[in-house]
Amino acid sequence: MSTATGYFIPHDARWPIVGSIGLCIFFYGFGLWLNEAAFGKELFFIGAAIIVFMMFGWFGLVAKESESGTYNTQVDSSFRICMMWFIFSEVMFFAAFFGALFYARSFSGPWLGGVGGGGAEMTNAVLHTGHDYVWPSNGPGDVGGNFQPMGWFGLPLINTLLLLTSGVTCTLAHHAIRAGHRKPFIWWLLATVVLGAIFIGLQIEEYIHAYTALNLKLTSGIYGSTFFMLTGFHGFHVTMGAIMLFVVMIRAIRNHFSAENHFAFEAAAWYWHFVDVVWLGLFIFVYLF
Amino acid sequence: MSSNDVTHHAPDDHAHHDHDEHGPAPGLMRWVTTTNHKDIGTLYLWFSLIMFFIGGAMALVIRAELFQPGIQIVDPMFFNSMTTLHAIVMIFGVVMPAFVGLANWMIPMMIGAPDMALPRLNNWSFWIMPFAFLIMLSTLFMDSGGPAGGWTLYPPLVLQMGDSFAFVIFAIHFMGISSVMGSINIVATIFNMRPPGMTFMKMPMFVWTWLITAYLLIATIPVFAGAVTMLLTDRYFGTSFFSAAGGGDPVMFQHIFWFFGHPEVYILILPAFGIVSSIIPTFARKELFGYDSMVYATASIAFLSFIVWAHHMFTTGMPLAGELFFMFSTMMISVPTGVKVFNWVATMWRGAMTFETPMLFAIGFVIMFTVGGLSGLMLAITPADIQYHDTYFVVAHFHYVLVPGAIYSLMAATYYWLPKWTGNMYDEKLGKMHFWISTIFVNVLFFPMHFVGLAGMPRRIPDYSLQFADWNMIATIGAFGFGFSQLMFVYIIVKCVRGGEKATGEVWEGARGLEWTVPSPAPYHTFETAPVIEPSTVTR
Repeated sequence: MSTATGYFIPHDARWPIVGSIGLCIFFYGFGLWLNEAAFGKELFFIGAAIIVFMMFGWFGLVAKESESGTYNTQVDSSFRICMMWFIFSEVMFFAAFFGALFYARSFSGPWLGGVGGGGAEMTNAVLHTGHDYVWPSNGPGDVGGNFQPMGWFGLPLINTLLLLTSGVTCTLAHHAIRAGHRKPFIWWLLATVVLGAIFIGLQIEEYIHAYTALNLKLTSGIYGSTFFMLTGFHGFHVTMGAIMLFVVMIRAIRNHFSAENHFAFEAAAWYWHFVDVVWLGLFIFVYLF
Repeated sequence: MSSNDVTHHAPDDHAHHDHDEHGPAPGLMRWVTTTNHKDIGTLYLWFSLIMFFIGGAMALVIRAELFQPGIQIVDPMFFNSMTTLHAIVMIFGVVMPAFVGLANWMIPMMIGAPDMALPRLNNWSFWIMPFAFLIMLSTLFMDSGGPAGGWTLYPPLVLQMGDSFAFVIFAIHFMGISSVMGSINIVATIFNMRPPGMTFMKMPMFVWTWLITAYLLIATIPVFAGAVTMLLTDRYFGTSFFSAAGGGDPVMFQHIFWFFGHPEVYILILPAFGIVSSIIPTFARKELFGYDSMVYATASIAFLSFIVWAHHMFTTGMPLAGELFFMFSTMMISVPTGVKVFNWVATMWRGAMTFETPMLFAIGFVIMFTVGGLSGLMLAITPADIQYHDTYFVVAHFHYVLVPGAIYSLMAATYYWLPKWTGNMYDEKLGKMHFWISTIFVNVLFFPMHFVGLAGMPRRIPDYSLQFADWNMIATIGAFGFGFSQLMFVYIIVKCVRGGEKATGEVWEGARGLEWTVPSPAPYHTFETAPVIEPSTVTR
């Protein structure tokens, strides 16, 4: 597809400033909303709408340029490098929350229970008399009241299988496009997106179950905090990944991709596999152990 | 592709291309929509210069209040806001954007690339910054005031601030987006935009240090984003990350924060090392001594920066094994840093040295950064640190590495490359005066802080005991002297932009590297055709 000889350098960029203004309104609105001030909610949604508009515009422009063969192979590798490092930054974002989970479970939890030397025993005796640390914990203050932890069997296990299967269908889609088979490519993509959507649906079901049947809430101490923040951010990333794959599917239906030129799909696929791997970490450390 | 194909011709360089020449677009919108790495570099540099004076004004409020013991000028809450915002502005609004600006200007020219790898993304990385600081600084005008718990945002204190808390957190998220995008772009540029022959070991040190800095940024800024997100949910959504009652731990925030925070201090100094490693060989008229060891030392510092974070927390409390580990790993950093200092000195050894302004600032950097490095070594010793912690000794230490360190490297870089950017020589006499006045005042400002710190004066407090009065008065005099002498810096820059003796392409007699092979001022587009780089070509 690439017919360009030189490195493509665009001459004016109009979307970034739209994105900045959108993000600014979004964050300002969010801040006002959190403080229950006037216009917070409105600004939040206006900002979000501007960001979505910017993404449509910007990605649309890039797709159009890609179609018209503006990008040579060097531009293509720039995109690849950027996507890899972007995913690495996402990995580090999750690392912060996994770090919080590990720290709470292996350090601060036992210390609060009086185990681990130093001043732990004394602190426990004086401040948290009678508090015995057992994970899952909502702390010596029993914050959020009694709750039951989320087991790994049932919905989480089904979700694991769903996401692993979606990784396979995603790879099958990749094989299909590399062989130049457009129809199977679209079908496998559709399968991946549907599996992702079912995953999100089941996770919503799981959250409802947690809130209604288990009394497990975001406010249920450190267990609730780490559980909902980790699975919540993961769920958000699954949603993003599914939207990316869906957009790729629409583009595939419009015949945007060829056996050689389909990086938009590959980027979304990398992202999808990243989300998959994060889920495995979650399943092991949040649900299983 | 654009509807904006302006055929305003930049003075043509050696490059030949198959499409028509694009000069800068007319009007103010040029600066909003530009994708040119030089324009964006200029925007970053002006932005950080403006922020330098905003952050500097905050520092002067602090020093004015500390001129005498007692509360005279501002109320303590506002004083705390000033210490907090001074740090945030100087770190995220001055040093980081200035380095990114230099990276934008210089990296493509140093490696022989036509532009940054993703020009539109580059534009966005910059245009986030003014909005992020709009949000951050607007908190000063809110009912509950600006952030006042220190730039480290430790809970539970920071969670007790007023409604402006959410805006502070979002401003940090906003800046983080800019830093990560900018860094990804720099990594992609260095990996992907080098012409054939420009091997990794032919890259100038500035490019190497920025590659490693960008890696540190991509690895740690998201961790910081995660940490402040936890603060946000603790405050507004009832999570218990940093609350012992719910099984969390406020100390956990310090661990996560400093996992970001320590690499962050190397983010603030590694590009400075790169700048100094470019300037000293030029004015010593010698190749950089021990280039390979410089590269490996930079990489070692980056690696070590990930395993030393808890030396900021010796008094917070951690197991003894932890204190020992973090003490020794911290001391290990002085080995690669020492390699660098010795290499700079060895580069100057028997060189045909001249002392133009950039060289003065670079030598000032080497000497005064080393002072800060040595006090850092003292702070690394756990039992001693328990004495020094949260005193003015710490303030003296990090200001020595950041002001005559990072800021001096930025001034050195400005004088060094201004002729390349503007085509005019700056006023050498004024430049030298600027150096000497700054250097005298910066030491009057920060050196006494060692004494009051060792004597036990705590930091971040608007009042102090009478025995600290003399040195505080002297430090304040130094602060105003240093602050106002920076107006000279602005004057020299503006004068140079407006005119002056014409600079040659090479600018400096001993200059090495590709950026000196293009005319001065550098044409709007450089290296549109990849330069031919033989193994014998001098690129660093």
